[in-house]
Amino acid sequence: MNWLDTILQGVLLGGLYALFAAGLSLVFGIMRLVNLAHGDLIVVAAFLILVLVTGLGLNPFLAALVALPVMFAAGWALQYFILNRTLGDDILPPLLVTFGLSIVIQNALLEGFSADSRRVPAGSLETMSLPLGPVTVGVMPLLTFLSAIAVIVVLNQIFYRTALGRAFRATSDDMVTAGLMGVEPKRIFATATGIAMVVVTIAALYLGTRANFDPTIGPARLIYAFEAVIIGGLGSLWGTLLGGIIIGVAQTVGAAVNPEWQILAGHLAFLIVLLVRPRGLFPRAID
Amino acid sequence: MPQWGIETKTRASRAFLSVAAIVVAAGIAAPLFLSRSTIQDLFFILTMLVLAQCWNLLAGYAGLVSVGQQAFVGFGAYAMFACVSLAGFDPLIAIVLGGVAATLLSLPLGFFVFRLQGAYFAIGTWVVAEVVRLLLAQWRALGGGTGTSLPNTATRDMWAARLVADLLGVRSAQALDILTYWLALLLACLTMGFIYWLLRTRQGLGLAAIRDNQEAARSVGVDAASLKWAVYVSVAFVTGVCGALIYVQKARISPDAAFSVIDWTAYVIFIVVIGGIGTLEGPIVGVIVFFLLQNTLADYGSWYLLVLGLIGIGVMLFAPRGLWGLFTDRTGIQFFPVRRRLVKRQEDASTDALQGGRDG
Repeated sequence: MNWLDTILQGVLLGGLYALFAAGLSLVFGIMRLVNLAHGDLIVVAAFLILVLVTGLGLNPFLAALVALPVMFAAGWALQYFILNRTLGDDILPPLLVTFGLSIVIQNALLEGFSADSRRVPAGSLETMSLPLGPVTVGVMPLLTFLSAIAVIVVLNQIFYRTALGRAFRATSDDMVTAGLMGVEPKRIFATATGIAMVVVTIAALYLGTRANFDPTIGPARLIYAFEAVIIGGLGSLWGTLLGGIIIGVAQTVGAAVNPEWQILAGHLAFLIVLLVRPRGLFPRAID
Repeated sequence: MPQWGIETKTRASRAFLSVAAIVVAAGIAAPLFLSRSTIQDLFFILTMLVLAQCWNLLAGYAGLVSVGQQAFVGFGAYAMFACVSLAGFDPLIAIVLGGVAATLLSLPLGFFVFRLQGAYFAIGTWVVAEVVRLLLAQWRALGGGTGTSLPNTATRDMWAARLVADLLGVRSAQALDILTYWLALLLACLTMGFIYWLLRTRQGLGLAAIRDNQEAARSVGVDAASLKWAVYVSVAFVTGVCGALIYVQKARISPDAAFSVIDWTAYVIFIVVIGGIGTLEGPIVGVIVFFLLQNTLADYGSWYLLVLGLIGIGVMLFAPRGLWGLFTDRTGIQFFPVRRRLVKRQEDASTDALQGGRDG
């Protein structure tokens, strides 16, 4: 059952990519901001978790729990003090500022942690697996996938069931009018980026425990996240999960054929979808 | 009755033209009195200037923020390597063919990335550049993932390099440096000449209109989509030629170096942003600042890029029109004016008499 196993691994990997993508999608959906430093922020969170695990001897999950409020605050401040200044009709300032931020983060991490590959030790969980019918799945990949589903459910609940979500949607539709109704767009945006950073921290937990990472891998994570968002169609988080799964399956199948084709196969799957359905599989937003 | 006409030149720009001519003449003569390492530095500055002018035309004028220009640098370089190593072409011809190859590549790439809007266009260009890099890393004849070197004889036996060696009485390796430097100078002049010419034509006016307001521009008959395509493809050609030229001088290629997003796009973006986006003068100022910073901070490893990134962010937040923008706001001086002004054509009427309106 080699192929079935390969595809299942790909689906579970897709959960990780969906976690990468959910924060990107959230921020773009609310303030039309594409954060080119998104991948690097995932790596920052992974290093934060690593420091908590190795420095304080915490369990990785507990470390992630400690990192969550820190990253929320960092995201809130980043948006409130820097990125809010770049928002407007011109797409250049946000792109260039976040691109600069990406370079700054990579090099600051290189200075602080060197270029060595790291991994967050997760103890026995790393190798634990469950027999699932004809195949066995690792516990960590399965947890990743279930977390992705949980994150999407929670984000959708926040978005459509709470006052905060209403403010998000209102600001996204019409910033000025929302402002007249007592919503403060700057704070709403800061909160949104804070929430995105919470998702980023969850993604970082699984990124750090499942494979090696180093300060320069951020941009590749941004690209996978972006591909998942575009394949799924802007504005649909479930579509993003499907996009992540498509990239993940393409990568594991590509790697099974020839290990050198892993990344390429994922990109080609994205290009094919872009060719056939330029607006993604489940387009929702009209912009 | 005074005669009225349209002018773009100003007194400052006329004066600058003669200064520019002197600078270019000094640049041509430079190998006679400068050391080899200085010539190599100048080569680096000139090639970065070409890449910066190209990116500036894309992002600053056509509104196409590309983070994937390394696709064309790398592809032009690889095409040049293939022409020289596999087909035995003269490197000089191979440089032009590198540009042609990059142009051909831009057609399918453009087909994909133009399906994405605005900010997503930026990441889209990055993705397709990655795809090109991964594909070329599979090309075993050119060294696969580890890369390859140009055969020594290919560059040494180039007729133009031998001519330079005989003419100046220098060794062949130095002759190659001088030759590539002259070619870089030529490419920089042609690129800037082309862009300045383009901006002063009808199409250039259309570009400026799209930059200011795409919907309004289209409503008065500017064909935005075609103009953007034309800019994307012609920039691919120049970028490809520049990439090929850089790798004739380097003589060693690998996919990771030739498609480096830091070397060929991040540096270029910082040069343009710090100098001043959307002006021809900006990249010139930017490349000088960039070179000085690099020399000052060369010993500090990744601190260099960190500082460059912080400066880039600072400029974008607090002086979005860059150093040149700060200068021109205070003095009104422009070396490459593209603003059309109405002037009175009398016998000794000052053409600077009427100023007004925004750039463009």
